[in-house]
Amino acid sequence: MNAVQWFLLLVLAVFGVLYARSPARPKLAFSYLRWVTLIGVSVLILAPFLWLVAAAFKDQTVLNEYVFFPPLSEWSQQTMNLGNFRRLFAGEEAVQGTVYFWQYVLNSWFVATANTVLQLVFCSAAGFALAKYDFHGKQPLTVFMLGTMMIPGVILFAPVYEMMVKLRLVDTYQGLILPSIVSAYGIFLFRQAMQAVPDEMLDAGRIDGCTELSVYFALAMPLVRPMSAAFCLLTFLGQWNSFFGPSIFLQSQNKLTLPVVLNQYINFYRNDYGVFLAGTLIAIVPPAILFFALEKEFIGGLTSGAVKG
Amino acid sequence: MSNSAPRAPRRLYKGWAPYLFFAPFLLLTAVFTIYPLINAIILAFQQTNGPASRVFVGLDNFRYVLTDPTFYKALGNTTTYAFFSVFLQLPLALGLALLLNTEKSRAKGFFRLILFSPNLVGQIFVGILFGVLFTPRYGLINRGVQLLIGWGLNEQWLGNPALVMPAIVITGLWMWVGFNMIYFLAALQSVDKTLLEAARIDGANPFQVFWNVTLPSIRHVVVFVVVTSIIGSYQLFELPLALLPVTEGKGPDNSGLTVIMYLYDQGFSAGDLGLGSAVGWIVAAIIFFLSLVQIRIAQLTD
Repeated sequence: MNAVQWFLLLVLAVFGVLYARSPARPKLAFSYLRWVTLIGVSVLILAPFLWLVAAAFKDQTVLNEYVFFPPLSEWSQQTMNLGNFRRLFAGEEAVQGTVYFWQYVLNSWFVATANTVLQLVFCSAAGFALAKYDFHGKQPLTVFMLGTMMIPGVILFAPVYEMMVKLRLVDTYQGLILPSIVSAYGIFLFRQAMQAVPDEMLDAGRIDGCTELSVYFALAMPLVRPMSAAFCLLTFLGQWNSFFGPSIFLQSQNKLTLPVVLNQYINFYRNDYGVFLAGTLIAIVPPAILFFALEKEFIGGLTSGAVKG
Repeated sequence: MSNSAPRAPRRLYKGWAPYLFFAPFLLLTAVFTIYPLINAIILAFQQTNGPASRVFVGLDNFRYVLTDPTFYKALGNTTTYAFFSVFLQLPLALGLALLLNTEKSRAKGFFRLILFSPNLVGQIFVGILFGVLFTPRYGLINRGVQLLIGWGLNEQWLGNPALVMPAIVITGLWMWVGFNMIYFLAALQSVDKTLLEAARIDGANPFQVFWNVTLPSIRHVVVFVVVTSIIGSYQLFELPLALLPVTEGKGPDNSGLTVIMYLYDQGFSAGDLGLGSAVGWIVAAIIFFLSLVQIRIAQLTD
């Protein structure tokens, strides 16, 4: 028996004692079991993250020596340093010249941000039209929009790629971004949010001389800000992490995004995995910051489509 | 006819504004969804050698795929994964949601945050991370398993055909259990408290309350989560790709090959977009059929 097994046995024993003390109303025992389970699951979920942070900062030579961090007494330049990051950012030779790792970070930022901004504009505008106007053809357009949500992405990969080759958009950001800047799901979310905007307010704006464009932009948009925040976060995250599209459409090394490059690095640095783990850590920090800053909006946006319906 | 909203009688709008607001969606969808969709139908009946040459081959693509043992291997693996996401991951997610649901304090938000956090990380990054965690001797998972049950320190999870699917299932579980829990938790919070109270007063035990009151109340969300889980499972691709780099995402003896990986291989790596398109249609048909079955079952139990 080792320490971990003894510890688990102790946890079970405490439950047994609590239960035995009042078997008729075992409230305390079950509350204890609940907390133990939740904490245990949280530890399992967090352990890989902690391990990743440790691995990224450990020196190459001691990577496998300590499970997580070295004990504080052995903490020195030889065990903990930025060597992995230095090698990661050293640059690599490609057909396009030397490409540095920050280039990929920048590319990822650009693709994700451009995509998010464009989606926000187009999806909210279309959602506004569906929620706040009655116009000829609205019903068929709505049905059409909902219908496009049912088309599975998997059958579109091949023909879209073929079209991009013909349009000479392969290996350009236009080719990568254009197909994904409207989403029926986004329009649907904004339609739901915009329905809560009072008509009277928009009419008041019109009487005061607003054009339809400024009614949408200056009056309706500020009112759906929580929805917009959630939508931007979800979209940014999806694009930041997206792999299939960039791996097919982008070819030049200096245009690649983080997921594609790190997937290459697993093989480049097979015997020096601290390097690609450092890269992975860099790739998961921005989404984590965004998420913790906007957690409430995020969870709200995630479930808004599912639960009410 | 054009007005579908009964609660707000508005005059029919005659200006150009709504059309302008809707135009980008229509234009881009026509070019990047509808046209490719039509093309996907045509492509499935053609043999292509890169995007340049196309030859009509009738049903040959489908015949090839449906007689290819590799495709069935991929389909089997993917179905195994889907099975475990529905029958292992979702019950665990629901269990965690039930554990969190009674808590009114700040602890709920805290645990929700932790459990959801793996979902922020892209599949590729999770795959990279777990690829290292599964390494024999030094990997965190082998070390942990060794400590718990005294077995498995030298186990080659990603090199042993029998353990590749379990490794993918475990990784998927880590990544998505919190995501599904969020949906269950949101649904549980909208369950009518008076119903639960009434059942308890009538002497139902916690299990009976769950089975007869809670579960029927959240069944719409359950169906939603099951359907999206199945759809997601059949589109699994990036996670095994990064998890199994040595075998290019396929695993030894194709033990980790998924249907989308098969599509990617046939369509993009081998350059026959026609074949890739045919695989896409077959996968789409399977997903459509399974979703339909799910929704039908849900309607029957209404």
